[in-house]
Amino acid sequence: MNQIIIETDNLTKKFGSNIAVDNISLSIKRGEVFGLLGPNGAGKTTLLSMLCTILKPTSGTARINGYDIIRDNSRVRKSIGIVFQDPSVDTDMTARENLQMHADLYGVPVSEQKERIKDVLNLVGLSDKAEDFLNTYSGGMRRRLEIARGLLHYPRVLFLDEPTIGLDPRSREHIWDYIRMLRKREDMTVILTTHYMEEADRLCDRIAIIDRGKIIILDKPDVLKGGIGKDTVILITDEPDKLQTILTGENISGDIRISGREVKVEVSHANLLLPKIMESAIKAGIRIESVTISNPDMNDVFIHYTGKNLSDDETRERTGRVAMMKRRRAR
Amino acid sequence: MSEIRGIYTLWLREVKKFLREKPRLINAFCQPLIWLFIFGTGMRFSAGIPGINYQEFIFPGLITQAMLFTAMFMGISVIWDREFGFMKEILVSPISRPSIFLGKMIGVSTDVMIQGIIIFPFALLIGIPLNFFMVIKALPIMLLVTFGLVCIGLIFASLMKSFEGFGLIQTFINLPMFFLSGALFPLSQVPEWLQVVSYANPLTYGVDALRTVMMGESWVQLFPMELDLAVLIGFDILMFAIGTAAFSRIE
Ligand SMILES: Nc1ncnc2c1ncn2[C@@H]1O[C@H](COP(=O)(O)OP(=O)(O)O)[C@@H](O)[C@H]1O
Ligand SMILES: [Mg+2]
Repeated sequence: MNQIIIETDNLTKKFGSNIAVDNISLSIKRGEVFGLLGPNGAGKTTLLSMLCTILKPTSGTARINGYDIIRDNSRVRKSIGIVFQDPSVDTDMTARENLQMHADLYGVPVSEQKERIKDVLNLVGLSDKAEDFLNTYSGGMRRRLEIARGLLHYPRVLFLDEPTIGLDPRSREHIWDYIRMLRKREDMTVILTTHYMEEADRLCDRIAIIDRGKIIILDKPDVLKGGIGKDTVILITDEPDKLQTILTGENISGDIRISGREVKVEVSHANLLLPKIMESAIKAGIRIESVTISNPDMNDVFIHYTGKNLSDDETRERTGRVAMMKRRRAR
Repeated sequence: MSEIRGIYTLWLREVKKFLREKPRLINAFCQPLIWLFIFGTGMRFSAGIPGINYQEFIFPGLITQAMLFTAMFMGISVIWDREFGFMKEILVSPISRPSIFLGKMIGVSTDVMIQGIIIFPFALLIGIPLNFFMVIKALPIMLLVTFGLVCIGLIFASLMKSFEGFGLIQTFINLPMFFLSGALFPLSQVPEWLQVVSYANPLTYGVDALRTVMMGESWVQLFPMELDLAVLIGFDILMFAIGTAAFSRIE
């Protein structure tokens, strides 16, 4: 199962002097859920457009399922399904009609069409809305239908370009559930792009951080987060100063800071050092009221490698979360 | 085989959408009616052509006009498809570009033929002597006119990035092709320059052929039927070739 299903070879796309995708070479394994994480304008959509053969590379090439995206584009098209960033359904037609057209365009055997359409509608929970025109659908429902449509011809690779952009939290959860479900199908590889770190973190086996057309780093989410070595252990106690002195003496790497009754210890691997910290505290007779471990999230990883925060809306969301945590703590 | 299925589904989509849009269908009924009753009656009594019933004279011209306008308008649906993203779904599918063009072309052509045929009953209503055999002979000619026109509409749509250019098509394609086709006045009595320009218009040959089969004795042919048909077929082949090439370039 360690076969390579997608391999790009110095793939490049220039729009005039703007290099949207810059010499990207990467391999994606069969059965992986692979994430491309990067801010708006990083080149994610351009990369996907080339892989799905609707945009010609300026130079370089790629192979999908063994077929070259330039020379063998019709076979590449048969091997892939794609959910575009922007809507691509016909809203003047019903859900079933949209799926029917897709089945016909992809040459799904007529004898199997009905059954498969029923299956994919079931999968995304739209069976009872099959005869409705899509102009009555919500954004989330259209997205789900697009995912269903992308699966109809049993693609080996499914591309999802910003699958949850602009959706409300509930629809987003729904889509995440489907993607997790797809992951269990071993024969299918999923490539998704996103500028939501949490999304990449929670769904992907491996993540490539992409910025200005280049891949900055590529690895498993845990490795990425562990790699920047910055867990924080927060201990609450009545004797913060004493605890600080003791821990400093224990030679635990990293910064130790006090704020009120909190002692914040920065460590590389909290799960390994926590027992040692607790042991030292107990030995010194210090009562610890509570312990919190805060792991770095993908945003920390992103800042670490690119030196900048992700797009504005993401920053705003994050600030919102932090503010909420503060409010909770204040209580 | 799967290409044929794809072409079929593109055809079906065009026809379904055409028949579902009620305002367009109502318009399709009413516009020729207004031309025939008001314009036709007015011209008949103010600028009549000796020996010819004017309404009978413009009837084939109005069929052509309805088909021309529908072909251009429906061809533009390609721009809608692009605007609303469905074009990407078609373009990323395994079906070839020439097949996409063919599917669209026969789909829109079906719409245009429906539009043309809708008008026939009005002929009886205003007393034009039309019989079954005339209609049967008219249909293949209408089809030849339709194919070329639909290709033109699709070619423009594939080149245009937005709807802004549609007004230009209206002014510089639709109206000149209509007015310079002999649809409204006989070309035998106009100044030479107008005649020359009209003879360069393929629709002139379509209107001439339709009058030949529908008006019988009272119509003096501009060209022999063989020439009319040859020009129309040549026009179709040329436009089809250009259309296929234009669609192959779409990214
Ligand atoms: N069709 C195009 N023409 C010109 N520039 C483009 C085109 N598509 C994308 N770009 C540019 O390429 C860069 C990458 O865009 P894109 O791939 O859409 O990024 P992302 O999907 O990561 O947000 C951007 O600078 C964008 O402006
Ligand atoms: Mg994008």
